This record gives sequence, C-alpha cells and structure tokens, in this order.
Amino acid sequence: MKVKVLSRNPDDYQRETKLDIHKVYRNYNPALHPFEAPREYVRALNATKLERVFAKPFLASLNGHTDSVCCMCKHKQRLNTIFSGSCDGEIRQWTLTNQRCIRALPAHTGFVRGITCAPDGTTFISVGDDNTIKHWTTDALSEQSHNPLNTIVTKTLYTGIDHHWKEPIYATCGQTVDIWNDERSEPVKVYKWGTDSVNSISFNPVETNMCVSTVADRSIVLYDLRSSIPINKVILKLRSNVVAWNPMEAFMFTAANEDHNLYTFDIRRLDFASNVHTDHADAVLDVDYAPTGKEFVSGSYDKSIRIFPVNGSRSREVYHTKRMQRVFTVKWSLDNRYILSGSDEMNIRLWKARAAEKLGRLAPREQAAADYNNKLKKKFAYHPQIKRISRHRHVPKTIYSILKEKRTIKDSMRRKEQNLRAHSKPGTVPHIPERAKHIVTTAIKDDDIDEEDSLV
Amino acid sequence: MAGRYYEKRKLSSEIKKNEDEDGLSVSEVAQPEDPFKGSAPIPEERKSLYKRGKEFPVDGIKNKKLKGFLRNTKKHDKAAVNQAARYELLLTEEPGYIETAEGEATWEIKQREIADAADITSASKYFELRLDQFGPYSVDYTRNGRHLLIGGRRGHVAAFDWMAKKPMCEMNVMEAVNDVKWLHTENMFAVAQRRWTYIYDNQGIELHCLKRLDQTLKLDFLPYHFLLLAANARGFLQYLDISQGQIVSTINTKCGRLEVLCQNPANAVVLLGHYNGTVTMWSPNQKKPLVKMLSHKTALRSIAVDQTGNYLATSAQDRKLKIFDVRTFKSLHTWSVPAGASHLKFSQRGFLGASFQNVVEIYNNPCIQPPTNPYLTHKLKFPASDLDFCPYEDVLGVGCADGFVSLLVPGAGEPNYDSFESNPYRSKKQRKEWEVRALLEKIQPDMISLDPFQIARVDMATAEQLQKDKEERLGFKQESPKFEPRFKKKGRSKSGNVEKRKRKVRNEELRKKIRSEAEKNNANEAAESQMEANVITKPLEPKSALNRFKKKTK
Repeated sequence: MKVKVLSRNPDDYQRETKLDIHKVYRNYNPALHPFEAPREYVRALNATKLERVFAKPFLASLNGHTDSVCCMCKHKQRLNTIFSGSCDGEIRQWTLTNQRCIRALPAHTGFVRGITCAPDGTTFISVGDDNTIKHWTTDALSEQSHNPLNTIVTKTLYTGIDHHWKEPIYATCGQTVDIWNDERSEPVKVYKWGTDSVNSISFNPVETNMCVSTVADRSIVLYDLRSSIPINKVILKLRSNVVAWNPMEAFMFTAANEDHNLYTFDIRRLDFASNVHTDHADAVLDVDYAPTGKEFVSGSYDKSIRIFPVNGSRSREVYHTKRMQRVFTVKWSLDNRYILSGSDEMNIRLWKARAAEKLGRLAPREQAAADYNNKLKKKFAYHPQIKRISRHRHVPKTIYSILKEKRTIKDSMRRKEQNLRAHSKPGTVPHIPERAKHIVTTAIKDDDIDEEDSLV
Repeated sequence: MAGRYYEKRKLSSEIKKNEDEDGLSVSEVAQPEDPFKGSAPIPEERKSLYKRGKEFPVDGIKNKKLKGFLRNTKKHDKAAVNQAARYELLLTEEPGYIETAEGEATWEIKQREIADAADITSASKYFELRLDQFGPYSVDYTRNGRHLLIGGRRGHVAAFDWMAKKPMCEMNVMEAVNDVKWLHTENMFAVAQRRWTYIYDNQGIELHCLKRLDQTLKLDFLPYHFLLLAANARGFLQYLDISQGQIVSTINTKCGRLEVLCQNPANAVVLLGHYNGTVTMWSPNQKKPLVKMLSHKTALRSIAVDQTGNYLATSAQDRKLKIFDVRTFKSLHTWSVPAGASHLKFSQRGFLGASFQNVVEIYNNPCIQPPTNPYLTHKLKFPASDLDFCPYEDVLGVGCADGFVSLLVPGAGEPNYDSFESNPYRSKKQRKEWEVRALLEKIQPDMISLDPFQIARVDMATAEQLQKDKEERLGFKQESPKFEPRFKKKGRSKSGNVEKRKRKVRNEELRKKIRSEAEKNNANEAAESQMEANVITKPLEPKSALNRFKKKTK
C-alpha cells in the first residue's frame, strides 16, 4: 500500500532571513477566490474614493510678469522650457524643472500678440502691437540673447503667429494671412477671404502643409500652402477664438468658441461637427491638445480650466483657484504630464494633467497597483455609486449658478420645441442634431466639390 | 532638421529586418525549421476551469468603436485564461492519495496503517486528545488551517496551534458551550454559551458579551463580509458585523429550533435545515427565505455545501444521503446510509465527511457519481459531536464525547494555497497586513444574494426603464401628471374657480379615455364579427338513431 499525505516543508514557504522578502505562492483556481465580482467592486469604490483624496493638481506658480499673460509657447525640442508673453510687451523664458525665469525680454511696446518656436528649437518669433515681428534666439546664455536676431517692421498690425512644423516657414495673421520665409522681410504669400480680420492661425503638425485660421466673421478658414487660395470655410453661430490641431489625427481640429463650447471638426466634413464639448460657463479663450491626441485642455473667461476627452462631450476635470483670474492661454506639456495656464493674474500656473497621479519614478509594485486601480475604475465606471463619486468636483459658485441656469434654459427650450412639434403638422419641425445646430454654413459643400472637379 | 528626422526613421526600419517575430535578433546563417511552431497547446478542460461566463457574440454589433473595443477585450480575456491555465505548471505541491494493492479496499485501511505508511510529519498529524471530563466537543479550524479551537459541552474551551502542538489558551467558561467559532484571524473566537454569546481573545480574555445573541445553538462566520452568524433556539437568525460591532440583521425564521446550519462559501447565503425536511436559504437583506426546498420527507439531521458552491449534501432521519445541485435545486444522487448522518462536511477537494453515531465515513467525490463504498472509515468509542476538515491539509478533525481525534485523509486538502487569500505560514506582520487589506475589501451585507456575480452584470431592468425615460424625455411628450391651473389676477383665482377648472380638465381627460376605449372595443367587435362572418357554420341537423350510418362529409 502506497500512501501520500500532504506535507509541506516549512523552509520552502518561509523566508530564510529577516532581510529577504516574504515568499508568495499563487493559485489562480477560482474556487480559492470566491466573491470575485463584489471584491472587485469594493476595490473599485476604494480606488475612486482615494483618487478624490489624492486629487491635488496644482504644482507651482511662475511669478515674474507684471501684467496679464496673454500668450505662451512651448519649446519644440526641450520639455522644460516655455516662453510667455504678457500685455506689457515683456517676454519671459522659464525653466520648469526649477520653476524659475531665466530670461526677461522687453520685447514689444504694447501687447505681445503671439509667440511661436521654430521646429529645430534654435529661434523663436514674437509678434506685437507695435507692428513688429522679432526673431530671438532660444539660448538664454548666448551673447545675442538680449537683442532680437531680426526685426521686421510691418505696415499692419498682426494678431497671431504660428510656425510650420518642418520647413522654415511661418504664418502671421492680422488683416490677412501672410506666409513668411525665415530669411525674407516681405511675406511670400498672402491669403485673403472676405474683409474681416483674422484672429488666430495654427499649422497642422501631421499634414504639415495645412493651416487653419479663425476670422472675426465667425468663420474658421482652412488653407493649404500648396494652393494659392484658401480651401474651405465653415461659419458658426459665434466667433471662435483659437483652433488646435489633433497631433495624432491629421484631419481633426478643435475650435474654442465664444458660445462657451468647443467644436471638434473633421476637415473632410465641415458641415457637421464631429463633437460638441460643453461645460464651460463663459467664452473659451484657448485650447491645446495632449500629445496623445486623446484629450485636450481649454481655458476660459470663466476663470477655470477644463480637460475634455476627444470623443466625449463633457469635461473629465476642472481646475480653478480663487486667485486665478481669466485664463487667456493654456498649454499641455509634451511629456503628457503637465498643464500650464497663463491668466489675468499675471502668473503662469503649473498643474498636473491627471490630478491624482503620483509624480516621479514609481517602483514596479506601485506602478502595478496604480494600473490595477485604474483598470478597476474603468470597469465599474458606470455603476451609480462609483460614477457619483468620480464625477464629483467642487466648482466656484459663479460657475455653478451659471451652469445651473444654462441647464434650466436648455431643458425649457427642449420642452418648448417638443410642444411645438406636438402641435404642428408632423414634419414641419425637424429634428436638428446638436452637432449641426451651431453651424450656419460652409463655403464649399460636398456636392459642390464634384462640380469643381469637373470644371478643372 | 527635417533631414535628421528622416534619418532616424531609416535606422529603426533597418534594425527591424534583422529581428524575427519575437524581437530576438537573428543571425544571417540559415536556422533549422522548428517542428513544433508556436506555443504549446493547452487542453480544453484546464482552460474551462479558468473561464468565467459565456462568450459574448461580437458580430451583431453595429457601432464600430464598440465592436473594436469588445474584440480587443475578448483577446485580452483569452490571453488571461491561457496564462492562468499555463500557470498550473508552476504549482509545487501534489494532492495526497492512497494506492492499494490488488484485492485491498481503501475503506478497510485503518488510520494507524496510514500513519505508519506516511512520512513522519504526516504521522504526527494523526493524534488523539483524550478529554473525557468535559463532554462532547465542538471543533473549528481557522481559515488557513493553522489553529484549532475545541469547545466541550461542559465549558472547556481550548485553542492551540495543532501543527506545532503549541497551546494558545485553555479555560473553562463555567457554562454550557453549544458551539465555538474562530473569527477572521486566530486572535479572536466566539463561543455560544448557554445564555449569551461571548467573544474571547486568543489568550482567553473575554472581549465581548453579546447579550443580543442569546440561546445560540450554532455559530458561523462569513469571512469576506466579516459577519458572525448566530442561529437561535427560538428560531432567530442574527448577523453581527464584527468590524463595526453592530447587528446587521435579525431574522425571525418562524421555523422553530435552528440546529442545522450551513454556509454556502461561494455566495455567503445561509442554509438552515428544519424538522419538516425543508432546507431554507437566507440572506440578511430579506425577512423571508430566498429559497425553500423540500429535500427529505423526514427531519433533517445535517447539511453541507461544497467549496465551489455547486453541490448540497443533506441527510435526514429517513437514512438517506442526498446530493443536490444548489443552483437548480435538483436532486442528483441518493444513497442509503445506516443512520441519518449527524454531521456532514465537505473538504476543499470535494471529499464528503459524514458521521453516523460513532462511525466516521469519508466519501471520495460523491457529487460526480454516487459512491458504492466510502473512501475511508473510522470507528470511535463514542458518537461524534462535530466534524471539520482542516483547510490545506489532509486532516479531518472529529470531536466526540471523550475528546478530539485528528484523522488522516489523503487527498482531502488543497495542496497549493494562494498567499494572498490564506497563508498557513504567515508571520505576525503578514497577518497584520492581511487583516488591514481584508477589512478594506470587506463586502457590504447588502450585496449578499444568490448570484454573487450580479454586481458585474448589466442591470437590464433598470437599463430598460432608463431607456424608456430617455425616449419620453427627448421624443415624446410626457403624460401630464397633475394639472395645476395658472394663477389669474383680479379675483378670478378664488378656490371655487380653481376647483372648477381642475374638474373641467379631469372630466375632459376622462371623456377622452372613455372615447378611446370605446373605439378600441368597437374595433375589436368589428374584427370579431368579421372573423365570424368568414367562418361558415353548418346548419344543425336533427339527431336520429340512424346518424351513425350516414357518410361523414368534411
């Protein structure tokens, strides 16, 4: 008779010395792990609550400007350098690792309307209210750091500037959209559509020959540098302030509009917004995409910053402080970790992109635990209790009351429309989707394109 | 700058050519063909153990993004199942067994022979404690199988580490002891005494006297909910949350004396056996039983549910042992036994221990097919008063009138434990860490239901209701709830006038309702009459005796 009775050698299961780590044995048989779903739910609940506990996004404030910060620009090659321009004409260069200003330049008399950095990172160009375009070096320690490398005096006022992502070309916008070459002192090409002034301009990082501008006649105009005339135009109900391109999808851009919304468009289909992002309580002044192309940050006149997902219409996060006034400019750092906001408060604030994230190098176990918690939160995100906790944000009273009022207005307008539809002949009051509601018209409609081709 | 960008791209593409599909660099010399390409196949039965739920058909979904997301999730699920199935290779221990020579039967083997044939550490696990003064003993092992608690009917309570034979505490509570139970760790245990239930420290210090849990006959503990169950002589079932110290729920079962109690480890539902042969299942959220099933026609003597929560073993006065499927409540097997089993217990690997007066029989996997013979038997001097299998060990502890005996049952215990669930070799610090983590993950009692996976499923009823509400909100006008007449100025809103206006609207709506119903009725009648008109009825013929010779026409 052969018998085997289970007997374990304790030396195999206990650590040898106090300096060792404890031995861990796993058995994934589900019989040994009962109540998987309720335990995961409780863990998800705890993770959501802890996320709210650890949500402390504000990192630092960069002080130095003596007037409101109205434009910012990221260094295209280095993660820790940004340039900011204020309303008294001063441009400052900051290093984010030490959170200090390394250079202050009295660049313009009047507002600094726009700053842009060349893609090779050696120079940056600024445009101001004194009708000048100035080229500067980004190296703060060189001898030429205090004076511009080149100054171009122009006849008209320019309100925005952006650099091409590959070529030594930049574009300014004012009365018209002018395309400049780095060496020339006269614009190489001029685009004009209509008589209104152009507010801002932005080059596409992927499809590098395209750029988009926002015009004061409530329109957004698309240009291609290879053609001599602008390509297409979409007119919204209210004016757009700034447009940002999605760095991952070549054909998507988001426009920050005066009607408290942001509109994401596909350039192939301008008559129908891809998404309408609502949550702000006042005009949206700036928008910038995360380098992943999945989210973007927007700063608004209502003294708050919101982070939106690209494929959702509601914000996932709102940052606000009592001290932060009207936010004029926001930027998302190129390592996907930080958000910078420049406001009326004369300083630049550095925030975390994900408020509850632990900064710095995480140990592999910490990283594993954080990944597990994030996945659990996503799995149970639609459960009412967990959704309620994860959505909860404190918001200033002004914003809260404005949003409440907007909600009431929206509900009552919807009710009235339904009543109208119920009491009219069926078909006379059509359903207009939200994404098409805010668009007035586009210049070139899809049917027109076929005609154009036939002409050519 | 642009040139540099393109240069970088070329380099990485060149590197890729020299790598094979796994990313390992391949030399330019020709490699021999691998006859077993790809990874080793995994047998389906092993994979099926780790699968959870049915596969979701992805093809019918129209939304492209959702389809892609679900496809990706399915891929990850498959990879997880494969990985878990492959991990079985790394399990270190093997379960126990008995290999008999030809002609020898396992049930004829005595414990002494097993102890002699096994190794010395296993032999030391077979021991007997002769304690004949203090009455029949109740037995309980901790969840990790390390510590043992015995309680004699005449008040003797002792806790010790049975593997190392180290005593922790021993005392006499000077009262009748009905049942003893360890709480979540080896630090606390509960004793159901004659009048009230007490909680003691592992040093024997009385921590709490629970006067609300009076005349408790049976105790049980739900480890993941931190709930202590107490079944009363007067028919009350009480749940006490030991982390908060509050009684979560008191249920008057109205079923008389509750002596037969068992817990379903898979869904924390409590099963009670009654004198009329019914088994009832209770949850702390409802005052009525969740399920009431008639298992035997005579009084139940004992019940047990296996670790996976699939099978229920019951034994009654009619000398039959039945195995039921707990989810479908169908009887699977029945076999005759010499007497109603006074105690039933399942081990971790599906062995069933049953005590019939002073004989203890252990059946090997009775749920899969009804056993013709037991796996092992043991004869005691006095009738057994309690049975408990030791988790993660091949040991069955039996309490009887003259003490306690620990029997060897090769193959009963789970050989490979999971350190994160219960670790028999944990240190003090590990135990503390485990306790904190377990408390953080404590499941609330309102999640106890027959299906533990309910929380991870889509709540279809609520979803449908929400969908209906949304349609109403967006598309159609809601049914006007209550008519509130507008306030009119210049005295036209006197209460009498307001009531008149309300009556007008009410009558109008009533008229509308009646009109629509009348129309419906008319429509129905019209349809019926149409149907009748279509049916050709034969004229009735006078009956006569010669009708049966007439040819039947269709």
